[in-house]
Amino acid sequence: MTDLTKLTLAEARAGLLERQFSATELARAFLDAIGAGNAVLNAYVLVTGEHALAQAAASDARLARGEARPLEGLPLGIKDLYCTAGVRTTACSNVLAEFTPSYESTVTQNLWDAGAVMLGKLNCDEFAMGSSNETSRFGPVTNPWRRRESNVALVPGGSSGGSSAAVAADLCLAATATDTGGSIRQPAAITGTVGIKPTYGRCSRWGIVAFASSLDQAGPIARTVRDAAIMLRHMASADAKDSTSVDQPVPDYEAATGAGIKGLKVGVPREYRIDGMPREIEDLWQQGIAWLKAAGATIHDVSLPHTKYALPAYYIVAPAECSSNLARYDGMRYGLRRPGEDLIATYEATRAAGFGAEVRRRVLIGTYVLSAGYYDAYYLKAQKVRTLIKRDFEEAFAQVDVLLTPTTPGPAFGIGEVSGDPIQMYLNDIFTVTVNMAGLPGISVPAGLSSEGTPLGLQLIGRPFDEATLFRAAQAIEDAAGRFTPPEPWWAAGKGAKPAKLRRRAGNPGEA
Amino acid sequence: MQVDEATVRRIARLARISITDAEAKALEKELSGILGWVQQLDAVDTSGVEPMTRVIPMTLKKRGDVVTDGGIADDIVRNAPAREDHFFAVPKVVE
Repeated sequence: MTDLTKLTLAEARAGLLERQFSATELARAFLDAIGAGNAVLNAYVLVTGEHALAQAAASDARLARGEARPLEGLPLGIKDLYCTAGVRTTACSNVLAEFTPSYESTVTQNLWDAGAVMLGKLNCDEFAMGSSNETSRFGPVTNPWRRRESNVALVPGGSSGGSSAAVAADLCLAATATDTGGSIRQPAAITGTVGIKPTYGRCSRWGIVAFASSLDQAGPIARTVRDAAIMLRHMASADAKDSTSVDQPVPDYEAATGAGIKGLKVGVPREYRIDGMPREIEDLWQQGIAWLKAAGATIHDVSLPHTKYALPAYYIVAPAECSSNLARYDGMRYGLRRPGEDLIATYEATRAAGFGAEVRRRVLIGTYVLSAGYYDAYYLKAQKVRTLIKRDFEEAFAQVDVLLTPTTPGPAFGIGEVSGDPIQMYLNDIFTVTVNMAGLPGISVPAGLSSEGTPLGLQLIGRPFDEATLFRAAQAIEDAAGRFTPPEPWWAAGKGAKPAKLRRRAGNPGEA
Repeated sequence: MQVDEATVRRIARLARISITDAEAKALEKELSGILGWVQQLDAVDTSGVEPMTRVIPMTLKKRGDVVTDGGIADDIVRNAPAREDHFFAVPKVVE
């Protein structure tokens, strides 16, 4: 039998329906792969093997009765930002300690209702704040890709680094992720996977640990455009529990991937050609333009004049909302408590011990920009700039159907290579953050390899709720570029080795 | 924008995060750097521009003002760091 872990989600779905293998065999194959590779990659922070096998057995019973649901028996990884009933959920922060919700997030409930199987919880940056998965309480995730002739451990991107690494390393068929400033698309780009951040409101945020509520959105990371389309259809829903989720029918995105792009108008925003952009990123972009043209699209020059202000505006809005959302971690009702002399000292000790350095930095920035006397100068100003950014997109979408840009300013970097200056890390999101600021859908598709032999992605941006067009155009890129998989599964070398103990991040005074 | 140590301490107090002297010094530099960097927004003319309140135009949904949940006290206190019966146990608040 072929290695079941190498199948795409669509292939695995077909194989189960044709009874080529059982859901139990499929789940076992992934649990074995996790057992062999996770000690090196650190993609999963919790493996739910028994749970997975129980779900798989139930799926096998349904398959035998001919009652398969759309995702019946398909094993997925779940970012540890999603609350899972009876299964520890930490947002990869010490402040949540051993928090075990008694409820299920709407998105994951939708997946289980569709028959999917949970393999475990995936690593991410603490509260999804980071672009490299280095701020996690459980230590960094290692990218299954390495530079040519090099053993240097690279980051898998962030914040959804466990999701991107697990999908790229065949440790799940697909994964859930979340995106506040690029946290689905940037990790997808630098691991050779497909990631889509849908329109704000497309997926319910209920039960997902909140970071910045006006920007956060759930979405999948998958191996192919088609797999991402299948996943999103079953993640999205209108939900009475999230008043910002939108009552709009969820189209059959999978069908859209086959629609072709003849006559599609593709815009190329000139402001994304930034100073100092590496030659290989520019070349990749030109290659993408050529592919879309060859597939029948027309290419148009467009302007998004406020692009350069999106990132600084984001670093006002996101910390402001984060400082407000994270006020709930006070050590009283759940999570960590560090006793102090009195109530306030207990709050202060708990939050100092529970939050890592980057989270503390953002809470403090947010507290500052919202504090008396500064609100108008920072927060209000940023929200006005946000209106201008959205207006730029509206004007562009009056002329074109979709925009094409690079996803990231460069390929995967080494663990520890971009530390010290927070702003250098923030610049990873320069091409992705505009999309969150305007609430639009954006998808990253693998498009080529860097000079170092590591993956690069192209981003497509669409009109609100027009994810279907993104899947059409993304499929055209995938058809031309092919798929990108790591050259060899070096991480599985220690098959049968006992799991290494979790690496702890260094130099964090908040660490217990 | 230069943030001094007194401001860092005031913000940390507002945010209810205790910081050491060494952390205050480091944060002074980091916060000044980030706030200086976002100051480039001053170059944008926003006169007459409405601040964004929601990215997708929609009216906020309403639901009937009825009880839809309840009777789950066990679940609610289950993750508490300290509890007595169905109460959260907290440090003494009133002398």
